[in-house]
Amino acid sequence: MSRAGQAPAPIRPTPTPTQETAPTYTEFHPRWYRPPISTYWWLGKSAYVKFILRELSSVAVAWTVALLLVQIRAISRGGDAYTRFLHRMSSPWMIAINIIAFAFLMLHSITWFNLAPKAMAVRIRGIRVPGLLISGPQYMAWIAISAIIFAIVLTR
Amino acid sequence: MNIPMIEMQVARYSPERDAQPYLQRFEVPVKPEWVILDALNYIKDKLDGTLTFRWSCRMGICGSCGYMVNNEPKLGCATFLSQYLPGPIKIEPLSNFPVVRDLVVEISEFLEKLKRVKPWLIHENGNGAGEYLQTPSQLEEFRQHSMCINCLLCYAACPISGLDPVFIGPAALALAQRYNKDSRDQGAEERMAILSHPEGIWGCTFVGECTKVCPKHVDPAGAIQQYKLAAAMEGIKQFLMPWGQRQEER
Repeated sequence: MSRAGQAPAPIRPTPTPTQETAPTYTEFHPRWYRPPISTYWWLGKSAYVKFILRELSSVAVAWTVALLLVQIRAISRGGDAYTRFLHRMSSPWMIAINIIAFAFLMLHSITWFNLAPKAMAVRIRGIRVPGLLISGPQYMAWIAISAIIFAIVLTR
Repeated sequence: MNIPMIEMQVARYSPERDAQPYLQRFEVPVKPEWVILDALNYIKDKLDGTLTFRWSCRMGICGSCGYMVNNEPKLGCATFLSQYLPGPIKIEPLSNFPVVRDLVVEISEFLEKLKRVKPWLIHENGNGAGEYLQTPSQLEEFRQHSMCINCLLCYAACPISGLDPVFIGPAALALAQRYNKDSRDQGAEERMAILSHPEGIWGCTFVGECTKVCPKHVDPAGAIQQYKLAAAMEGIKQFLMPWGQRQEER
C-alpha cells in the first residue's frame, strides 16, 4: 500500500509480457521456458514414426472389420447382393485401399505379438522365460491359422 | 600429441535476458577418456563460467547429468565425447521439461508425480517393525525396476510425457511396479487407485523409447505393460466373480 504522496518503490521491474513471452511467464518463479511441441514432433525420429504408424493401423483394423460386416450382410442377402459386393470390391480404388489396409494389419499384428513378451514376465523356477518362447507360439499359431484359411479358400 | 578438437553447440537460456534458448558454439579438445560432462566442465572452467548445468557423482549413480545429446537423451557422465567425432555435438536440456536456465530443467512436477505412486514399502505392521525376510528369487522379481536413478531420460524420450503433462510417466510407474512386486510390500491396492487411472498406466501408449534410453536397464515400458495386464486381469476377475471378491474383502 502506498502512502500519500509516495509512490511504491518497485522491488524490481516487472517484465512486460509480450505475445511470445506471456504464456511462459511463471508467477513467483524465474521465467521458465516451456519448449513448444510441434504438430510434427513424430517426424523427428524413426521410432516415433513407427509408433504413429502403429497407432494409425487401428484405422485399418476398423476398416477391415467394417468390410467383413458388409460382406456378411451381402452373403445373407443372397447371390445377387454378393455379386454386387464382389464387383464393388474389384474396383482399382478398393484394391489399392485394401492393399494399404493389409500392410497396416501386418504391422499391427507383428507389433502386437512383439509386445506380448514385454507384458508377460513369466518366471519358471526363478528364471524369466525368454521373449521368443512367448511370442514364438503366437507367430506359429498365426501362421498355422492363416495356412488353414488359405487351404480352405484355394481348394474350395 | 595432437589432440583433436570438436565443436559443441550448447543451449543457453537466461530467464532474465532471453525470450527463448539459443545455441552457443565452443571448441573443446577430445581426450579419449573424456565424456560429455568433462567437456561441459572444460567449457565452464576455461571458456565461459556462466554455463549452468547439473551434475554430481560423474559415475552414473546420482542421475543429475541428463541432457539431450544430438536430440537423444543421454547421461553426460556415461557418454564418450570421442564417439561424436568429427562433430558437432548439440547439447540441450532434457525435452519435455520447462527450462530454468541453460541445461537445467525444472523437475518439481516429476517429484509430485513420484510421491503420488507411493514409492515406499507399505506394510500393515508399519515399517521398521522388524525384519522382513526375502529370498533371492523374490528379490529378482523387482530388482531390475529398483535400479532407477531418477535421471529422467525416460521422460525426455517419452512423447506422451510432453504431450500430456498429467501423465505420471515411465520412471514413477516403474518405481510403483518395483514396490508392487516386492514380497515385503502390501500397498498394491492403494497404488492401484492412482496407477489404473488414465493418467497412470493407461496413459502409456507403449512407444517403448523409455526402455531404450534407460541407462540402468530398468525397462519402464515393460513394467507398465505388465501392470496393464495385471490390472486388466483384476478387472475381468472382479467382473466375473464379484461374490468371490467380496468374500476376500471380509
